[in-house]
Amino acid sequence: MDFQVITDNFSFLIVQGLFGIGAFAGGTLRLAGPAIVLGFTLGTGIGLARLSSRPGLSLAAKIYIDFFRGVPLVMVIFWFWFIVPALAGRSLSEYVVALAAFVIFEAAYLAEIVRAGILSVPRGQVEAATASGLRHGQVMRFVVLPQALRNMIPALVTQFIVLLKDTSLASIIGYVDLTKAAQIVNNREIRPFEIYLFIAAIYWLCSYSMSLYARRLERNLAAP
Amino acid sequence: MSYRFDWSVLWSGPSGSWLLQGLVTTLQISGAGLALAIVLGIASGALRTATASPLRWLASAYVEFFRNVPLLVWMFFWYFGVPPLLPQTIQDWLLDRGVESWAGIFALGVYHGARFSEVMRAGIQSIPKTQLEAALSTGLSRVQAYRWIILPIALRLIVPPATNETVNLLKNSSVALTIGVAELTFQTRQIETYTAKAFEALIAGTLIYLLLCLVVSLFFGYIERRVAIPGLFVQRRLEEA
Repeated sequence: MDFQVITDNFSFLIVQGLFGIGAFAGGTLRLAGPAIVLGFTLGTGIGLARLSSRPGLSLAAKIYIDFFRGVPLVMVIFWFWFIVPALAGRSLSEYVVALAAFVIFEAAYLAEIVRAGILSVPRGQVEAATASGLRHGQVMRFVVLPQALRNMIPALVTQFIVLLKDTSLASIIGYVDLTKAAQIVNNREIRPFEIYLFIAAIYWLCSYSMSLYARRLERNLAAP
Repeated sequence: MSYRFDWSVLWSGPSGSWLLQGLVTTLQISGAGLALAIVLGIASGALRTATASPLRWLASAYVEFFRNVPLLVWMFFWYFGVPPLLPQTIQDWLLDRGVESWAGIFALGVYHGARFSEVMRAGIQSIPKTQLEAALSTGLSRVQAYRWIILPIALRLIVPPATNETVNLLKNSSVALTIGVAELTFQTRQIETYTAKAFEALIAGTLIYLLLCLVVSLFFGYIERRVAIPGLFVQRRLEEA
């Protein structure tokens, strides 16, 4: 084993692969960050739709969730890679394709978490808020969602970590993330054991720091 | 949109047999991966509740490391990284039989074993402590108590989360296409490449996956009803958790 290869290519792997700064439009974090924010936004919308009293809306959300939870992410990425350009009539960058696939796929999982979080808020809270004169939107915005969010944090962070790991699949359509950067380095150096073990450690650091942060957040936000 | 659907590409030519082969390969690597994952998951999940701290620590290290790294990285690791380090005879044996399937099975099994481990641990921890204490007080050793009392109960309790994990494993087997395993997604892409009919190929592949997931869920639903422990309160507690 020879870890010289890591120090030689450290800046390419980290600066280009992880952060996406350099000759290629890539980066694991540049993809994961927006995917988390947009996926959570869409997931909240679908989760709320799932709980809607309008049966059509609720059914549509259920079909969306069940469909994407039954299909592999790789398949969804290929869907976007082949079909969105055909519909749009022009080719799209790997970044846009990957981001769209992740947001739409992960939203199905996040919607279930949001739904469970909202259902975990006691009914009495809604009734009390309504009795104090708040409208339905206000009840959601000021009473239910803040409490639901607190209950969802563990599941939510687990899903964000899954999403971070899933961004490695963007490399199959040529997006230069950490995994693709490792492949590029490996093609030149042929030291697969060291290189893949190193990026495994980097992914682990990112995931683990996220779960540590979540634990702190949970403690700080715990209802007194 | 001016796309012309031509569904006949799925049965004219070799497409149909490709899809079938892909389905069989997907089931094979998922099945073998699942077996490995269950063995590793039960063993490490049980060890994480053990009293001996080195064993507990070892099991935790396994789970935390493998669970927090993308499956794709593990695929590359097992496919590119590990075989060159093995003795020559084993390398030859692997080359004869297709390194990629073995790497795929290992990547799936070891990665999902770490995830099963969490399910197993939650199952064991949801069993009241008195159950273990009672077993020990009847004169069973700790290993015997786990073997005959704790694990059988835990296994019956974890069917619902284990269903989820099995479906995840099945879907994740598609990642094996990156190391050249000719599974379902791989074959779908192959049809797309040969016929240039992306919609038909992807819709066919997607429907097969949906169907597979449905079958797995129904099967596990049946198992769940068969092995449910009637009236055991820990079951309710596990669902609340």
